[in-house]
Amino acid sequence: MAKKLMKGNEALAEAAIRAGVKGYFGYPITPQSELLEYLSRELPQRGGAFLQAESEVAAINMVYGAAGVGERVMTSTSSPGFSLMQEGISYIACAELPCLLVNVMRGGPGLGTIQPSQGDYFQAVKGGGHGDYKLPVLAPNSVQEMAEFVYDGFDLADKYRNPVLILSDGALGQMMEAVEFPDYDVEAHKVDHSDWATRGRRKGHDHNVITSLYIQPDKMELINQHLQEKYRLIEANEVRFESIMTEDADYLLVAFGLSSRVAHKSVEMAREKGLKAGLLRPITLFPFPSEILSQLADQVSGMLVVEMNTGQMVEDVRLAVSGKVPVQFYGRQGGMIPQPDAILHEIEKYYEEHFAAEVN
Amino acid sequence: MTQLFPEKTDDPYLYLAGDESYKCELIEEMNQVWRRPDSLIDTPMHYCPGCGHSIAHRLLMEVVEELDIVERTVGIAPVGCAVFAYNYLNVDMQEAAHGRAPAVATGIKRVLPDRILFTYQGDGDLAAIGTAETIHAVNRGEKIVIVFINNGIYGMTGGQMAPTTLAGAKTSTTIFGRDPSVHGHPLRIAEMIAPLPGAYYVTRQAVNTANHVRKTKKALLKAFQYQIDNVDGTCFVEIVSNCPSGWKMTPLESNELLEDEIFQFYKLGDLKLPGKE
Ligand code: SF4
Repeated sequence: MAKKLMKGNEALAEAAIRAGVKGYFGYPITPQSELLEYLSRELPQRGGAFLQAESEVAAINMVYGAAGVGERVMTSTSSPGFSLMQEGISYIACAELPCLLVNVMRGGPGLGTIQPSQGDYFQAVKGGGHGDYKLPVLAPNSVQEMAEFVYDGFDLADKYRNPVLILSDGALGQMMEAVEFPDYDVEAHKVDHSDWATRGRRKGHDHNVITSLYIQPDKMELINQHLQEKYRLIEANEVRFESIMTEDADYLLVAFGLSSRVAHKSVEMAREKGLKAGLLRPITLFPFPSEILSQLADQVSGMLVVEMNTGQMVEDVRLAVSGKVPVQFYGRQGGMIPQPDAILHEIEKYYEEHFAAEVN
Repeated sequence: MTQLFPEKTDDPYLYLAGDESYKCELIEEMNQVWRRPDSLIDTPMHYCPGCGHSIAHRLLMEVVEELDIVERTVGIAPVGCAVFAYNYLNVDMQEAAHGRAPAVATGIKRVLPDRILFTYQGDGDLAAIGTAETIHAVNRGEKIVIVFINNGIYGMTGGQMAPTTLAGAKTSTTIFGRDPSVHGHPLRIAEMIAPLPGAYYVTRQAVNTANHVRKTKKALLKAFQYQIDNVDGTCFVEIVSNCPSGWKMTPLESNELLEDEIFQFYKLGDLKLPGKE
């Protein structure tokens, strides 16, 4: 298939249709509205239902209902809207309903700004709503991945009966790049959910019930344990990351999404100066690539985490390396994007200090 | 004769476990003039004695059986006293977040348009926290049946004021009586939604007397039939009911209060009939 020049939001929307989405429920918010507009135009003609809800609260509950009949359904929003959805996501996670969620992040807190940010990392990977639950979180860093991760997202959701989140940002949503849609056979990826889905009581069966209410504490504890077992399984099977120039690296940058593109550039600039920097890009933020980070901590002498927030993923990196090496942080906030020279400056500073320390 | 309530009744969880020992077989089949609809699960309900919820549940299952839509029907339970409705209604059910049942039903109906959807919601659920979802589902004319149990109080949480609580009524959060200048006015939500173009059939009924029960059944039959006929709009059946526990009175007293005061404010009858404005 030929490559096509598309905005990230539109590429994601197109991929959703190609992945067989049967229902989309959303609410306009910048910078993700192209997704909504694209699907409002295309989805009804291509076999799915599109509905603009009265709020993000309603949208996520429409997703709950529609996911509960076992069809592929999704919503998308941006940071403030994602906050509004947290109650519904907690219910969906507990009721174990497969669906795809997209957060095209913007700067916060509060109404914030419509410029790109990574300020919702904690909310995305630590649960977000009430109670103990997790979402597999995929972090694209190109328009191509905005599209590709939709297929992975739906497949993961079906496989684990769990909501899956694509965590993007305003820049990836708005930027235009060439994208190629992979061949994907929707029928071949269909999962039979009839044993639990509420599509109308099956002949000869008792009714199916979807709920997140288990009033007896001993039962609720079992539900919690079951969910945690599932999350451990996801951690064992689904970690994804990209290693860039890490083989011989003695200093490691860690960045995801948009900031990983900038960090990549900085690593290349450092290499030109003869500094052996490398980059580890987590693709799944949950499950987090802790093991590879722990291994790399035995190889490098320090790490630098680059984020578009005040330091969120850096906590997970520190947990992963468990004090083996110093982990520093560089970030910009509020819709500002880190610049390659600024990161390079941080890298150079490290080498200077480290070198000075070795000499002393 | 089978014991109506075996010794084990002090374990409330047995109710939910579907313990067979609760089944009562008091009547020989040949003498049977009334039977429980098969889709009403044979287990004691958690509702307080004299509460209207159980009657509304039975009517719903009678209706889906008579219309032969048991296998096409999906119900949405609310948060409130009817949160466990799915323990009694043997149709596929989803339990929604507080107030969101119309949104949940919308999601299902939009991806499976040939299914028959109903929500079952109390007044805290539908008329307070879920007002937006209620109004917008009706305004879009979602092809669903909304069953609204209005008993003017938060029953499950212990009898707090609801948006529907009458002026002057004492509740655990209005111990000197609801003062509209402080607590707001009682909300007649059926009157609010009836003028919306998306509302197809809006009616207010009750289940406190045999006559009212018959009328409510007719209203439910109508509402579900409209949905089967795929009419263009939402059907809204309000049932003004009692809450003896929340109102702190006997079931008999609560039924008297319905007749003496509550039906004066929440007038029974049709608010919108197809073809008539
Ligand atoms: S608290 Fe009120 S509404 Fe709830 S079950 Fe008891 S009587 Fe019925």
